[in-house]
Amino acid sequence: MLRRQLLAGCAALAFGLAAAGGAAAQDVFKIGLILPMTGQQASTGKQIKAAVDLYMAQHGNTVAGKKIEVILKDDGAVPDNTKRLAQELIVNDKVNAIAGFGVTPAALAAAPLATEAKIPQIVMAAGTSIITERSPYIARTSFTLAQSSEIIADWAIKNGIKKVVTMVSDYAPGADAQKSFSDKFTAGGGTIAEAIKIPLANPDFAPFLQRAADAKPDAVFIFVPSGQGGTFMKQFVERGMDKSGIKIIGPGDVTDDDLLPNMGDQVIGTVTAHLYSADHDSAKNKAFVEAFKKANNFRPNFMAVGGYDGMHLIYEALKKAGGKTDGDSLIAAMKGMKWESPRGPMSIDPDTRDVIQNIYIRKVEKKNGELYNVEFATFENVKDPVKAAKK
Amino acid sequence: MLTILFDGIAYGMLLFVLACGLAVTLGLMNFVNLAHGAFAMAGGYVTVVTVNRYGVPFFAALLLAFFVSALLGLIMERTLYRRVYGKPHLDQVLFTIGLVFMAVTMVDYVMGSSQVFVQLPAWLQGQDVFFGVGIGRYRLLIIVICGLLTIALQLILSKTRFGSRLRAAVDDARVAGGLGINVNRVFAVTFAFGSGLAGLGGALGAEILGLDPIFPLKYMIYFLIVVTVGGTSSITGPFLASLLLGIGDVAGKYYVPTLGSFVIYTIMIVVLIWRPQGLFARGTAR
Amino acid sequence: MNDISPKLVAGRLVARAHWHPLEFLFWAAAFASIWLLPGKYLILTEIAWLGLFALSLDLILGYAGIVSLGHAAFFGFGAYCAALLAKHEIINEPVLALIVSGVAAMLLGFVTSFLVLRGSDLTRIMVTLGVALLLRELANRMGWLTGGADGLQGVEMKPILGLWRFDMFGHNGYVYCLIVLFLLFLLARRIVYSPFGLSLQAIKDNPLRASAVGINVNLRLVAIYTIAAGYAGIAGALLAQTSAFASLAVFDFERSADLLLVLIIGGTGYLYGGLIGALIFKILQDWLSHLTPQYWPFWIGLLLVVIVLVGRERIGSWTLPFRTLANRFDWRRKESFGGGQA
Repeated sequence: MLRRQLLAGCAALAFGLAAAGGAAAQDVFKIGLILPMTGQQASTGKQIKAAVDLYMAQHGNTVAGKKIEVILKDDGAVPDNTKRLAQELIVNDKVNAIAGFGVTPAALAAAPLATEAKIPQIVMAAGTSIITERSPYIARTSFTLAQSSEIIADWAIKNGIKKVVTMVSDYAPGADAQKSFSDKFTAGGGTIAEAIKIPLANPDFAPFLQRAADAKPDAVFIFVPSGQGGTFMKQFVERGMDKSGIKIIGPGDVTDDDLLPNMGDQVIGTVTAHLYSADHDSAKNKAFVEAFKKANNFRPNFMAVGGYDGMHLIYEALKKAGGKTDGDSLIAAMKGMKWESPRGPMSIDPDTRDVIQNIYIRKVEKKNGELYNVEFATFENVKDPVKAAKK
Repeated sequence: MLTILFDGIAYGMLLFVLACGLAVTLGLMNFVNLAHGAFAMAGGYVTVVTVNRYGVPFFAALLLAFFVSALLGLIMERTLYRRVYGKPHLDQVLFTIGLVFMAVTMVDYVMGSSQVFVQLPAWLQGQDVFFGVGIGRYRLLIIVICGLLTIALQLILSKTRFGSRLRAAVDDARVAGGLGINVNRVFAVTFAFGSGLAGLGGALGAEILGLDPIFPLKYMIYFLIVVTVGGTSSITGPFLASLLLGIGDVAGKYYVPTLGSFVIYTIMIVVLIWRPQGLFARGTAR
Repeated sequence: MNDISPKLVAGRLVARAHWHPLEFLFWAAAFASIWLLPGKYLILTEIAWLGLFALSLDLILGYAGIVSLGHAAFFGFGAYCAALLAKHEIINEPVLALIVSGVAAMLLGFVTSFLVLRGSDLTRIMVTLGVALLLRELANRMGWLTGGADGLQGVEMKPILGLWRFDMFGHNGYVYCLIVLFLLFLLARRIVYSPFGLSLQAIKDNPLRASAVGINVNLRLVAIYTIAAGYAGIAGALLAQTSAFASLAVFDFERSADLLLVLIIGGTGYLYGGLIGALIFKILQDWLSHLTPQYWPFWIGLLLVVIVLVGRERIGSWTLPFRTLANRFDWRRKESFGGGQA
């Protein structure tokens, strides 16, 4: 009995301390940035970190009278780490927002905490549709896989592709990509010859590719997480599948800007649908790419713009909320916000807090001796089709 | 069907070149070198940098990868590894995992964390079809190089003086030392050679396995599987084990994609329960 | 002193099993942390379950000499059990769910224990590793049950004993973990100083001789492996309950490898090694990854290399002055020594 009272007293004390601490730091706005900086997804983390640094260098670290402070934590893309780090950031560092999240499981693991602490969670990378439904405090500046998968299905039908083998990594974003592509593609009269799931950690694509080749499709629809696309493209070409007339189509992860310059000329001609290409033709993007390359020795990819726009969203929401830093005001300010990003025009859907953006069809070409995804068709203001279908 | 067999053999051969150095160090000095993959990574990055940045021909870069990794192995052996020989397995595991962590972060720092690729000459790309069997040119190259290497290794081991010293030292290091064989030198040379082979494997494998800073961690388990399944008392053991695992893995993923990843682990556990010393170990020497 | 009478030996053994003042100090400090470190509950919780996990490995490695690089198999199994029990509201009460998860992990440990009875260290390392990897793959495949690579979402934990909710600050979670750790530690202490525990050490030192004096080697190895599996399962269940989440990462090879590091840093074969190792490892990792989020593994690696090069024994000796100091104040120990000599 005594023990119980002690415990209760203790909890009350801890709670009181935390509340007092939260009130003290009024003019600092802290952002807990949780990214995979080590391990398999480290390249994602590096891209986003570089973009966040760039944004702050360009726009200063003070906005609406608040000093912005970013606390970077490495979760190694392990969701239980993400959860603990998010909790620590919220409880100990009293952050006003959490951001980052390299993979879907990490974003999902942190979602209940955002709800409980009532602070915004800005998803800068992870691309499964359901993420934004897991907490009313989540807003996303990256993409959903369904966005590009549906668009490329549309494009494929119009360009005479009838029979497709889908190959996706076996986790939630892969399932999303597979489903939205197949639904759209079969509705348009195409057939899916085979749906192959590739284990997430996989050394050799050969057997899967052979299986795909044996089905003799017109094209292979491929989704692998950012960073794995290179090996896939290499092996696809090695198998001579490009020569036998099988095309590669898919979301742009497979011709990631980060890896593309190294892939070799054999990937020229690959057609993908995606939200961003470092080659995007706008003054804003040219300046972004130039500044990014100057600060780092690599090219920005779609993860980098996710991070850049994520920071932009936080900055603008702070301005719009007029210095209010509570989660509800910030999320309210974020809803419906529109701006011109390096990727092109984009906005935050007021209903779902998900990203609305242009999806571009691109083809790999050589420009000034370097490989780029060159955009040649645009689908404007694409919403997340999975959520649209639910209504 | 035959294409799958061919792919499996190529994959297995690659595993063998990557892992055989580990088999020798384990058999010879009873030393568990989990950092073996770091030497493979070194070889891979040497090839990428020399071919892509300095335009060195691919085959010259392969040789270079071998020698750089071998030299690195020799230096590490002389300065660090030899201090750990006498220690228990646990210490060796800790020590080499520590080295892996350091290697991974150093490469990440210097080369960045994105995957890198070697730009292959055009004639090595693509696939030819003979009698209905698709033969990837690059995979064919791997099989040829690895096949030649295996034969060379076998000849060195069985026909040369060094080979007989090495075998003597593997069988019983103390007695070999008593007979006047400088076991330490034999080991240093073997270690360097094994590291060199790993480097060559890394250079060849960069194309198929992908090369990034966490390479040594990702493939550590595969190397260990090859070595434990094959046993450490000969070269043929790991060689056959590599082929078995390579073909098993590729065929498993092709025919039953849903269960593919189980195959390699199941093979290992079954073999180890059936023959704890490895599939091709001679008798129960140890 | 040359004639070692059974009485003398027995006296020594009893003396060894006595509580040392430092041990009281250790646990007093552990429980005091509840009040002294209110901002650190989350990392303390991690230290508590990691310590329990390392304690489990110590039972088989330090006391029975079984090297395992796949202990995450039981940890992960326990974690998924606890998370699934809570998610599907099969057992709502966390303590009961914890026990059930532990028992489930013990069953798994019992079944797989027969695989580690044969072979050298390396064979055991690989077999245990293989089992963990197989389970990971199985959890990945059974996505309908485990959520696959996305992790098990939507787990909601009910209050402990129906009274204490898992709060956001991790206070109740930490107290819960610490109490579980303490109780299981007491049990482990009882086990290793029992005749059964002593026979295990005999097996570790020389299995052949142990069987010659009539110890059933295999039976005892199976028993301790099963118990250790239960401990690991409970550690995993604690993780799942305090974070209301389980993902494939619980089975990762890195987890087993880290565990080995934790135990080695703390030292094997005296039960506190795992706890102290967990404390040092977690604090170090937290501090380093705070300083350099990108390159912290480098410093951990360097530390390991240095530990091995300097020698684990010498590093362990930093506690020596404390131990001698503590011995001076240890009244009971002298007493029992006297009893033995009389």
